[in-house]
Amino acid sequence: MGQTLAEKIMSRLAGRSVSAGDFVEIQPDWTFSLDDGIGLIDRYLTANGVDRLAAPERIAVFYDHYAPADTPLHAHVQRVGRLLCARFGIERLYDVGEGISHQIAVESGLVRPGQMVTNTDSHTTTTGAVGAVGCGIGAAEMAYLWAHGRLWFRVPESVRISLNGRLAPGAAAKDVVLSILKTVTARGAIYRSVEYHGDGIGQFSLPERMTLCNMGIEMGAKFATVPFDAVTAEHYRNLGIEVGDPPRPDPDARYVEDWAIDLATVEPMVSVPNRVDDVHSIGSLPEVRINQALLGTCTNGRFEDLAVAAGILKGRRIAPGVRMLVTPASKAVYKRALAAGIVETLVEAGCTVTTPGCGACAGIHQGVLAEDEVCISSSSRNFVGRMGNWTARIYLGSPATVAASALAGRITDPRSIPEAVP
Amino acid sequence: MRAEGVATVVGDDVDTDVIFPARYLAVLDPQDQARHLFEPLGPEINAKIRAGGVLVGGWNLGCGSSREHAVTALIGAGARLVIAKSFSRIFFRNAINNGLALVIAPDLAAAIADGDRVQADLAAGTAAVNGVEHAFPPLPPELLALVSRGGLWSPRAA
Repeated sequence: MGQTLAEKIMSRLAGRSVSAGDFVEIQPDWTFSLDDGIGLIDRYLTANGVDRLAAPERIAVFYDHYAPADTPLHAHVQRVGRLLCARFGIERLYDVGEGISHQIAVESGLVRPGQMVTNTDSHTTTTGAVGAVGCGIGAAEMAYLWAHGRLWFRVPESVRISLNGRLAPGAAAKDVVLSILKTVTARGAIYRSVEYHGDGIGQFSLPERMTLCNMGIEMGAKFATVPFDAVTAEHYRNLGIEVGDPPRPDPDARYVEDWAIDLATVEPMVSVPNRVDDVHSIGSLPEVRINQALLGTCTNGRFEDLAVAAGILKGRRIAPGVRMLVTPASKAVYKRALAAGIVETLVEAGCTVTTPGCGACAGIHQGVLAEDEVCISSSSRNFVGRMGNWTARIYLGSPATVAASALAGRITDPRSIPEAVP
Repeated sequence: MRAEGVATVVGDDVDTDVIFPARYLAVLDPQDQARHLFEPLGPEINAKIRAGGVLVGGWNLGCGSSREHAVTALIGAGARLVIAKSFSRIFFRNAINNGLALVIAPDLAAAIADGDRVQADLAAGTAAVNGVEHAFPPLPPELLALVSRGGLWSPRAA
């Protein structure tokens, strides 16, 4: 019997052949944490008298949730983290302004195909876009990993999602993953490793694959991954990084479920409050007026996403009374968008650009909502209170949908704007 | 390992943003975290969990963010047992690794109404709800042992 990608990667880490359902005690290739978890890790390490870490070279710390600090408490936690990194010899600290962990991990080539990433962030599934596997874990277990090097994991069953055919103009990777969520629901892949396959997978760029894998967690998945192929190979070739012959799932690997999507049928989709899986085709929605539009996050804050929005907003102005926030996913994304004139286009159209990072998505800073306000967002969650106000309502869509909606002041099908349909 | 109390029942797909909003993530002490437990839903659920010590959910309890505060705030509020039809993977891990007793049991969760008295024997896989016996598959012994000793970091007697 062949192995899935999750089984192959976890077998390498376990030093023996393992399969779905097995428990293993392993040292993941990467153990990341963030400014919103580093305070807890410091607390566990200090309370337990830990004076050295098992593998500081497998650690990176990213300041993305509070960057730059908006309260004295958040500033304090970031200071605690800097001191912790200095104390334990953690060399990889991506401080304020560098961007979101998952974005940096992929765009810089830090994470390689075939690796396993753990991070105190549920959207770590994003790193599966490079033929790796990534999952979120809690702070107590991350502190334990940092101190002891190994932790228990269960090898997940895998689900195969076949993306077949070609995406229609005006539809995006975000619309694909929202379509999948509509069908499989927020609990359709709990504990499973989602592998994207199909004859249409090759048309998705690495940034688009990150969007597909990012929202794997919204299905409940442990991992979401696109197996290594020519697109992945080109990414590392461009970075000048030699990746050898990375593992791929075997053709006779066992999948507990097989789902198929006909890409040609995918339309612009919107997830409506307050469930990520309450997904509707944009044309079926009643009129929804908006107060804020958010373009950014680990789901859709990449250069290509900003470029799509700029294409729609160029030479136009967003609707009066609407605030549009643009949060580049990383400093590298920001610099590229600056050099390409995209930032200027967005600002001329009335957008506000914020510090690279998670931005307003988690309801911490940089654009929280007032009571009863409505936001269209390129992010991945529309839970009650997610963007800082218990009565605000969040709709989720693609970058093109966010830009078209900001222009009109209400949720708008991007296909109504010629520039959005190449 | 046994746990008991009075149930507070919540619905399906209850996410960790609702259990513990992100704006409080820098609050590190479980007792302090407990003040914000279920804050978006108003003070009632928080008070009931403090008084009863048992949270019962539907499917996919604890979905969304990986924040372990959703578990440690429950512990800080005095919760001793969480029962659900299913759990999100990360909430499940956080509960085990922080020593919060957890039962996955669709039939049992469905049988419990708000305010019911629940007694569970986690190793035996049995629970009494208002005196009526129910069975559920126990967790693997290694994970039960981890819960019994208080999780990865806080050894205590079973």
